[in-house]
Amino acid sequence: MTTNTLIAGFGGQGVLFAGKFLAYKGMLEGKQISWLPSYGPEMRGGTANCSVIVSDTPIGSPIVSKPDVLIAMNLPSLDKYEKEVVSGGTIIVESTLIARKVERTDVNVFYVPANKLAQEIGAPTLANMIMVGKFIKETGAVSYENLEDGLKKVVSAKRADMFDINLKAIETGYNFK
Amino acid sequence: MADKVLMKGNEAIAEAAIKAGCRHYFGYPITPQTEIAAYMAKRMPKIGGVFLQAESEISAINMVYGVAGTGMRVMTSSSSPGISLKQEGISYIAGADLPALIVNIQRGGPGLGGIQPSQSDYFQSTKGGGHGDYRLIVLTPASVQEMADLTMLAFELSEKYRVPAMLLADGTMGQMMEPVEIPEADYTPTEKDWTVTGTQMKRKHNVVNSLYLSPEELEKTNFERFERYKQIEENEARYESFMMEDAEYCVVAFGIASRVSKNAVIAAREMGIKVGMIRPITIWPFPAKPLAEAADKVKSFLSVELSMGQMIEDVKLATECKKPVYLCNRVGGMIPTPEQVLESIKKMAGGER
Amino acid sequence: MVVFEKPKSMTDAELHYCPGCTHGIIHRLVAQAIDDLGIEGKTIGVAPVGCAVFAYNYFECDMVEAAHGRAPAVATGLKRAMPENVIFTYQGDGDLASIGMAETVHAATRNENITVIFVNNAIYGMTGGQMAPTSLPGQVTQTSPYGRDVNIAGYPVKVSEMLSTLDGPEFIARVAVNNVKNVKEAQKAIKKAFENQINKKGFSLIEVVSSCPTNWGMTPVDALKWVEEKMIPYYPLGVYKDRSATKEAE
Repeated sequence: MTTNTLIAGFGGQGVLFAGKFLAYKGMLEGKQISWLPSYGPEMRGGTANCSVIVSDTPIGSPIVSKPDVLIAMNLPSLDKYEKEVVSGGTIIVESTLIARKVERTDVNVFYVPANKLAQEIGAPTLANMIMVGKFIKETGAVSYENLEDGLKKVVSAKRADMFDINLKAIETGYNFK
Repeated sequence: MADKVLMKGNEAIAEAAIKAGCRHYFGYPITPQTEIAAYMAKRMPKIGGVFLQAESEISAINMVYGVAGTGMRVMTSSSSPGISLKQEGISYIAGADLPALIVNIQRGGPGLGGIQPSQSDYFQSTKGGGHGDYRLIVLTPASVQEMADLTMLAFELSEKYRVPAMLLADGTMGQMMEPVEIPEADYTPTEKDWTVTGTQMKRKHNVVNSLYLSPEELEKTNFERFERYKQIEENEARYESFMMEDAEYCVVAFGIASRVSKNAVIAAREMGIKVGMIRPITIWPFPAKPLAEAADKVKSFLSVELSMGQMIEDVKLATECKKPVYLCNRVGGMIPTPEQVLESIKKMAGGER
Repeated sequence: MVVFEKPKSMTDAELHYCPGCTHGIIHRLVAQAIDDLGIEGKTIGVAPVGCAVFAYNYFECDMVEAAHGRAPAVATGLKRAMPENVIFTYQGDGDLASIGMAETVHAATRNENITVIFVNNAIYGMTGGQMAPTSLPGQVTQTSPYGRDVNIAGYPVKVSEMLSTLDGPEFIARVAVNNVKNVKEAQKAIKKAFENQINKKGFSLIEVVSSCPTNWGMTPVDALKWVEEKMIPYYPLGVYKDRSATKEAE
């Protein structure tokens, strides 16, 4: 199986971090992975996206132009990438920031009020990891087991205090119905 | 065996260089290669190495020239506009027969261009760049693992032949992360008889130099150098052959273009089109032999490039224009999609072009 | 009996310099300093592009030929790779103060532990007498045939004064080789510039006010007179910066 994922949002929403976690998680499960960020001068507040591919077979292009899964963290991202998602693919929409509905009818859509949920668990900056939880639940691209191993790779020792709350955010997203 | 770690291509280059025994790095900030300098700035002071941010790319390459004269492993990195500035120094390094590694994480040009990925420095890397008759050994990685492996190989080849080497990648390869295993290199510095390390009053003085005012002498050094280039062409051309056994069509692509093309080749195979790919791993020396052999078997070639068509000239030369060579390209920081390459393959196979 | 001998750090190669050129004297002073300090075996020199381009043939120590203006960068590489060796550059005014100004200033501000010998003769000699960054106002050259017009070509660069404003460098001095007394002063300064490096004090630059009879269109004697009457008043001799001495005085 190959899952081509595009995570897109504003700079500062933790798009690249979420992608990194998925990449590490996939790697630790022995899968082939690639992670490719958009890069440029818009480090904060601009648009950011990253391509994450998790696969059982060697990966060709690391660029996800036709995503199997789109995680849209803001409206411009949904507007831009909705039409690119493959038929039968999945769109996960951050629904506190994105008011509109997905127009496509040939894709699976999940609305997650990740920012609201993040506030509720006392981790207002972790909407990204709530989306990651939902992604794991709905795609199975990476396993829900051993989340800690993947987190250890991306949460630096300096921010060890953030470890548990990241875990909780993923769980919250995973269990959101 | 070392564990696989997730690294950016740029970081893999830096770590591999350190593992290869490089303890001297000189650079100047430019997107999208800055991670290399940042990595070196962090690591070098902790392992007794030298990281120095030079006042310009010109100074950086001349610092490289200085260290190269001592026979120690040394490198610099930059991106296209910065590499243009380094050309003077690269020509001197080539003219003085010194080993060194220059990394170019290409971006779109000409001029200030953009910061998105490109392969438009192909001519500059393989056909000169600076002044005079000289060559660089040019390696073109297509994965983060190859960013590391080819960095190590570049140091080896450069030293073996006393020819500067270039690692030619692009913004995508530099920025992407993939699992990578940085191998331990078995590098032991060897005594060389041409280095400037002080005579210790034990030998005649050595001179690192590219100046020969006598045309006879200068001609002789050029001829001798080209003898070495001939050996490199015979022994060091590297490539990957993908689904070529029964291929009727051949895609030629390197670096990120080869990654995109691989998807297209697989998709075309699923549609019943017998297409394969030859991926140059070195673009100088260019893998002319496998292409010449393919020219006797396939119906046509497709050169996939992030340039207006630069490598295509080498494909035509290698195949002696025996078969048509088509171009599939995007430029300016754009990257062809697998769909676009697939369309080009379909057109080629349908003979519509 | 005192026999006048060539310093051991100079080769037997015949110098290619024009009659009356002061490069020969300056080469000798550098070689003498290397001899006196017993450092020939660990010295690496960097030759410039300009009249002294063949300096690598004249010094017995290991030598590197640099691109035009880049000697301080090359020397930086050498010194960083081989901190226990002694590295010097030998550069002219076009090389150091025009095309290589960035390399000069930044090596100085980094207090790179190298020795720079800067020969200022106010002209591009090797290419046949063009205006240099240090050519005097009104000076006639091939590319300032009506005399250097400061409204068009700007003013000469006073390298020692300029570099001494930086916090970085250890030692900046301007000397001349137009008479015996000045040659002796120059010898002292050059030796000190090498000693500073051995003592790990940092960047030392000696600007040597020099002559170019051929391209100035003068006899050697008149050229030395011109140094005395025109050059030195514009480029006053002396120590411009000596950090260690200043510290001791404080």
